[in-house]
Order: sequence, then C-alpha cells, then structure tokens
Amino acid sequence: MSTVSTSSTPPAASSAAVEDRVAPRTGAVKLLRLPEIGALLGAVAVCVFFLIVASAFRNVDNVGTILYGAATIGIMAVPVALLMVGGEFDLSAGVAVTSSGLAASLLAWYFNFHVWFAVLLALVVSLLIGLFNGVMLNRTGLPSFLVTLGTFFILQGVNLGMTKVVTGNVASNNISDMQGFDSAKNVFAWETSIGSVAIKAPIVYWLVITVIAAVVLRKSRFGNWIYAVGGDSDAARAVGVPVRGVRVVLYLFVGFCAWLAGMHLLFEFNTVQSGDGVGNEFIFIIAAVVGGCLLTGGYGSAIGASLGALIFAMTQLGINYAGWNPDWFKTFLGVMLVLATLVNVWVKKKADAR
Amino acid sequence: MSRRTRRATAAVVTTLLVASVAACSSTGGRKAVEDAERARSAGKASTPTMTIALVTHSGPGDTFWDIVRKGAQDAAAKDNVRLQYTADPDGAKQANLVQQAIDKKVDGIALTLAKPDAMQGVVKKSIAAKIPVVALNGGLDRWKAMGVTSYFGQDEKIAGQQAGDRMLKEGAKHPVCVIHEQGNVGLNDRCAGVKQKVPATQLLYVDGKSPASMQTAITSKLQQDKAIDYVLTLGGPIALVAVQSKSSAASKAKVVTFDTSQDLINAIKGGTVEWAVDQQPYLQGYLAIDQLWLLKTNGNTVGGGQAVLTGPAFIDKGNVAAVEKFAASGRR
Repeated sequence: MSTVSTSSTPPAASSAAVEDRVAPRTGAVKLLRLPEIGALLGAVAVCVFFLIVASAFRNVDNVGTILYGAATIGIMAVPVALLMVGGEFDLSAGVAVTSSGLAASLLAWYFNFHVWFAVLLALVVSLLIGLFNGVMLNRTGLPSFLVTLGTFFILQGVNLGMTKVVTGNVASNNISDMQGFDSAKNVFAWETSIGSVAIKAPIVYWLVITVIAAVVLRKSRFGNWIYAVGGDSDAARAVGVPVRGVRVVLYLFVGFCAWLAGMHLLFEFNTVQSGDGVGNEFIFIIAAVVGGCLLTGGYGSAIGASLGALIFAMTQLGINYAGWNPDWFKTFLGVMLVLATLVNVWVKKKADAR
Repeated sequence: MSRRTRRATAAVVTTLLVASVAACSSTGGRKAVEDAERARSAGKASTPTMTIALVTHSGPGDTFWDIVRKGAQDAAAKDNVRLQYTADPDGAKQANLVQQAIDKKVDGIALTLAKPDAMQGVVKKSIAAKIPVVALNGGLDRWKAMGVTSYFGQDEKIAGQQAGDRMLKEGAKHPVCVIHEQGNVGLNDRCAGVKQKVPATQLLYVDGKSPASMQTAITSKLQQDKAIDYVLTLGGPIALVAVQSKSSAASKAKVVTFDTSQDLINAIKGGTVEWAVDQQPYLQGYLAIDQLWLLKTNGNTVGGGQAVLTGPAFIDKGNVAAVEKFAASGRR
C-alpha cells in the first residue's frame, strides 16, 4: 500500500546520486530517524491540542494527575513493548497485575504473614507467571498470542477462585491493619509534591523502568538480541543468539513489572477486586503500538512505549478536562489516538524518505 | 531439572519456609476475622431436596453480586435446596444459561431481568415447562407482564430520586454521577433519577475494571470543574476510589454512593464516605430462593402479586453501627 509506494521511490533517487546512500546523515535527519521521535511529536501534538481546548489542562497542578495516569499504563507498556520488539505478545499482562496484588494480600491475610514477606512471595508468583509464559511458548511452539491467551483465562479464574476460597468474598480483605503495611505503602504507594505538582510513586518507577529498558534495548548486546529475535528468530538462532533465553527473560521482565504495578494497586487502594485488570492488556499493547512498536516485531522502542502511555493518558484525561459530552468519550478517545499515531507514522515516513 | 537447579529450588523452598515462620503479622489478617466470626446456622427444613437455578447478569468478581449470592446460599441451606448459581453480563448469554437450567429440569428459576427483552423468550419457555420463575434486582416494570411469580428489588429511578432528594437537602448544587459500566440501564436510571432532582448533575463514565484509571478519571473531573460538591458513585468499591481521587484533587466534594461492600461500611464509619443507598442485596437473593421454596411446599406468593421492594434505604453515620457487625462476613 502506501508504504510500498514510498519504498519504491528511493531507487530512482539513489541512481541519480549514488554517494547519497553512503554519505553520513545530517544531525537533523539522524534525530528524525530515532524510533521515538514520531511518538514524541504525537505527544506534543496531543498536548498542544488539549492546552488550547481544555482550560483545566493548562493548570500546572494537574500535571501530576496526567503523569500518574500515564505511569499506571507505562509501567506495563514498557515491558510489553520490549516483548513486542522481541516478536511476542502477552495477553495475560493485565490480569497478571491483579494476580500479583491478590497474591500478596491473600497470603498476608490467610497466613497472617508479615506484609513484606507476602510482598516478596507475590514477586515469586509474578516471576513464575512470566516463566510459565516463556517456557510454554518455547516448549509448545504455539504462537504467544495463544499461549498467553490461555494464561489470561487461567489467571482470571485463579484470581476469582482463590479469592473466594481464601476470603469467602470476591475482593481481597483489607490488610491495612497488618504489620508492615505502612512501610510497604511508603515504598509502593508514597506520594510527595514538587511545588504544586503531586508526584506518586509509580511515576518515578515508570521513568526508571523506561530509562533502564531504553538503555538495555539501545546500548547492550541483550538489546540487539531482542531486535534480532523479533526480526527473524531463525536467523538470530543461526548466528548464535539464545532465542529461547531471550524470550524467557522478556516474560520475566513483564512479570517483574506486573508485580510492581500490582503492589502499587494493593497499597494505594488497600484491597484488590478479583475481577480487575481485564482489558488492560490491550491498553498496554495500544500504548506500545501508538509509541511506534510494530505488531510484527523487530521494531520499536521503550521510550516510544512510554510516550504512547503518555498520549493515551493525556487523551483520556484531556477529554475530561475539556468537559466534553461524556456519552461520546470513547469516540473522542478513538479519534485522538488514531490522529496521534498518524503523526507518528508520518514522521517516520518523512525520515525514511530522506 | 539438573542437580544444580534442584538444589537451588530446595534452598529457595527452605528459605521461604523458615522465613514464613518468622515473618508473621500479629495484627489483623484471617485470625482477627475468625475470632470475630460467629456461628451462622439456623437449622434446616425437612422438605425433600429441590434444585433451584439462580441466573444473574453479574460480571465475574463483583462485590455486589457476591452478597446476593450469599443470601441465596443461606436461604438454600435453610430450605434444603440445591442451588446452582450462574451469571453472565451479556443478555444473550444469560438467556442461554436460563435455557440450560430449563434443560436440566430444575424445580425453580430465580433470575434478573436487567435485559428484559433478551430474557422474555426463556421466561416463557420456563413457564410452559411448568418451572416457576421469580425475578430479582432488575425488571421492575416488566416482570408482571412476563408471567413471573414475584419480584424482589428496588426501583432504580426512585432510588436515584431519593438520593437526589437527600443531596438537595444537604445543599448539593453540582454533583457528578459516576457510571462504571457503559450502557447499563439500571445505572443510567439511577443517574437520571438524581438529575430529575438536581438538574445540574453531570455524568462521568469510567472503566470499572481498572481502579487506577477510575482514580485518575475522577480526579481529572474534579480538577476540571472545581464547583463539583458531590461525587455519587454507583458501587461500593468505586466510592472508595473516589475518596482517593478527592484527596488527589484536593477537592472538598462529598463522596456518596449506591450499594455497599465490606470496606464501604468501614468508610462510612470513618467518615470518608457520607452515606450509601442500600438495596439489601442479601435480601434479594435470600427472598428469591425462599419464595420458590414456599411456592413449592405451600403454594404461597410473597408480595401478593406486587413487587417486594428491598430498598432504597440509607446507611449513614447514624445507623452504620447496626450494619457493621454483619458486614465482616460479606453479607451487607
């Protein structure tokens, strides 16, 4: 389609000036070719748009709310993006967050564990879920879409079933009166303010995860492996990339981030509803794709996914700040997301054409 | 597994076991609840065992429907009834579940008529198969015409109006009504009822399955419109999220809600939530099962052909103590 037609133009141009292909790119073109620049411009466009139409959006105090909204998506969108660069999906990522929160609170409540001990056990549970996804993918050779779809349903059932068995109810019991809760809250759900902007814990965790993931993806050998596995796993294996190991590590990273997000939810809201999290897996994937990840793998970036999460949160909250008719909320959301992604794709096309 | 990984696993397991002994909390947890839990046995009827299907439109893991189910279970235990509970929020799928109950030739069917048009066909079939049907929670204006024996629930619009009345009396000028399930008729009716009394009521749609996104959505609404003085949520857990939003937005709005949950009762007691409109979900489940049992064993009809209203009633600081002691077991 349109991508094909643009890729067919370069030969004509390059035959006219052959040295153009090998000539070093200018700084501006280099910048434009960064995978996250499109997402950045998309985010700027959304931001400017809402700055114009929504007066509450202009209030500096509200930046904290938007960043928090972005962080709760971004913490998971970044590992999901890495996974997508590696060519795989994780449909269980949304409910895995709930599983982690439930694991900690149910274990603490049922066995009267110290809260911190239950938090560590929840980390083990989350990593095991990631390990299960990775190993199942490697062993069965089924598409990850199917493997993690299975995990998605299994976890949904386990979340509800275990909660019912342990508490007799469908939500975890309030554990805020248990030992260690307050110190854990100080780690996973603290809140501070810079000037008049409220900063919540996930914002910092989100930024840290983004930076680590970006550095690993761009600067490390493991990052190259991820691109290689996602681009062509057979070719990657042929040149000695441990394809299976890379996949397992990526799923473990998703598990770790699910734990972090789950602990935040638990300590922010004191209880966890067993049915929560369904549908969030798509929001994580959406954030990654809006941020420039390809569904086919081999291309994308961690910073892009974070910008995707920011675009999603700005749009979602911007519509509220603008005070538009809420009946049309989802329609506005859909239009804005497509427009932001179009900006992203357009920039990439322009950059590739240079 | 290689020997090394096996040894590592053993080490991890041992560490966890040792730590689990040392890492106990002496406050809260299951012990505290079990200490408080009282025996809940009220004997059992000697009538022959019968099977009753309860089919609701609940999504999985909904606190409200869990209370309804507990009421039904308690009635079933007393009446020597084998209760088969199924649920699906999708109208067509819920109808399918009712059809399955008819296929199994159960002795009675209790169902919700939140989507009456989808349920009409199976209700007719059930009555033709001589299986009595009772309705609960949804379908107040439709149950009679469909030939259903009796109805237990509240009128959502009247409940909304009463909530609006109370807000008006307390001086509300700019409330926001938070709908956590797009397209749910009952939830819309509640907000519509409120709007009749307080015309400036605004709507806000949130994703009921994601507390973090609900939290930021309500926060952003409060930041956008500083005049908002009441946040009305339509479910217990959502009110607790709104309390967080309120502090994030440094808003002075009051949080009020429909429906209760265990934690919500505590929040009313603590003063973070002002009041809740209670429709006594436990009673809806309990009475529906009990009615079918009465009909089978003694030919009685509760309500005498009229709807039996289980709400609305208000739970606030004044009467929360009376409810609190029952909330711990998840029945209020």
